[in-house]
Amino acid sequence: MFTISGINLSSLAVAVPAHKISNHNYPFATVKEKDLFIKTTGIENRRIAPEGLTASDLCFEAARKLHDKIPAGCDDIGVLIFVSQTPDYLIPPTAIRLQHRLGLPKSCIALDINLGCSGYVYGLSIVASMMKSSGAKKGLLLVGDVSSSVVSSSDKSTAPIFSDAGSATILESSAEENRIHFSLHNDGEGFQAIHIPDGGMRSKFSSASLEYHKISEGIERNPTHLIMNGVDVFNFSLREVAPDAKSLLHYCGKKNKDIDYFIFHQANLLMNEAIRKKLDIPSEKVPYSLHDFGNTSSASIPLTLVTQLADILRNKKLSLMLCGFGVGLSWGTALLETDKINCLPLIEI
Amino acid sequence: MLLPDFIKNFEAEFPDLTPGTLSPQTVFKQLDSWNSMQALIFIAMIDSKYNVTLTAENLHDCNTITDLFTLVQNKVKAKANS
Repeated sequence: MFTISGINLSSLAVAVPAHKISNHNYPFATVKEKDLFIKTTGIENRRIAPEGLTASDLCFEAARKLHDKIPAGCDDIGVLIFVSQTPDYLIPPTAIRLQHRLGLPKSCIALDINLGCSGYVYGLSIVASMMKSSGAKKGLLLVGDVSSSVVSSSDKSTAPIFSDAGSATILESSAEENRIHFSLHNDGEGFQAIHIPDGGMRSKFSSASLEYHKISEGIERNPTHLIMNGVDVFNFSLREVAPDAKSLLHYCGKKNKDIDYFIFHQANLLMNEAIRKKLDIPSEKVPYSLHDFGNTSSASIPLTLVTQLADILRNKKLSLMLCGFGVGLSWGTALLETDKINCLPLIEI
Repeated sequence: MLLPDFIKNFEAEFPDLTPGTLSPQTVFKQLDSWNSMQALIFIAMIDSKYNVTLTAENLHDCNTITDLFTLVQNKVKAKANS
């Protein structure tokens, strides 16, 4: 666990595709299965990017809108981190293209981070750390995924869960002794719990990569599609997330009552509620965006902030705990204070 | 930890089941409503009520309600002794 001082989260914007899909219309499951799925996961609707709209496009629009609304807030950005598992290209890094698209100076440090559900928490720690070490006055964290592009539409174990979004967060250096506390963990033993078999260097793309396999009723995919072992991910989350949150609270000398909101990665309602109950947090302190936006991978924490807490983020000083957990396996918890931040309304593209 | 209570807890997670229809010998995997989602719901219930974790392999190795009960009971005992 560690603490970074003198860095504030000052501005936040999130963009989602305008195209909505209802899980009631998912064609590869029975009505009964769909009803149980929606009730259990809490996911009824999702946003799906059309062909050609990438995670970087969603993040770009979020950043561009921030620049339009608060131009002074976007000056002096010295660090740009793009966290995504759906980059524009395998080579080069997407962050560098984004640095150019956003008109940021060549002196702006720009790099990609390959993380999913824990990515927002990790991204905050990396931007804040690099700002401290480089002396940058501002840092831009772009976090997002178009997970719909890597799941098989005929796989009922993944397709009805994932949704697309991109976010932009500005961190600013501050003379105040504002502190962000972090706890970051990984467990590579579980690397296959969520993975895409083909397309990397370990198992290169080939003609066989496009051959579909029927795994079971309602689950057909090829090796370029995302596989998720639901039980393994579920057990990992139940085992690790609540103890990590408790440890960070202890490290900071805080208790549940000192935190205004706990923002969990939006995995699914069954899992998140189990974690909430383990932490003994009242439900009113745990907002959800699952119902209308599904699991948006790395963008789910900022998306939940923007869709569920925008007014209060703009008008009040808040103490927030952010918990990201998933692919890797990787999990991270952050505890920070926000003070009347610039929080733009949800952007639809 | 009692078997009748365990069966009641199991039935409570299956909205299609009429309470009292399951027996210790019921092969749970043959229930119409048993599926991968229901398995996660069951695992969450066991975690919540008994504070132990069931893996996919655990479920694969069980057939009857009694098998599940014995498994959970053993895990609870092992946890208490650890």
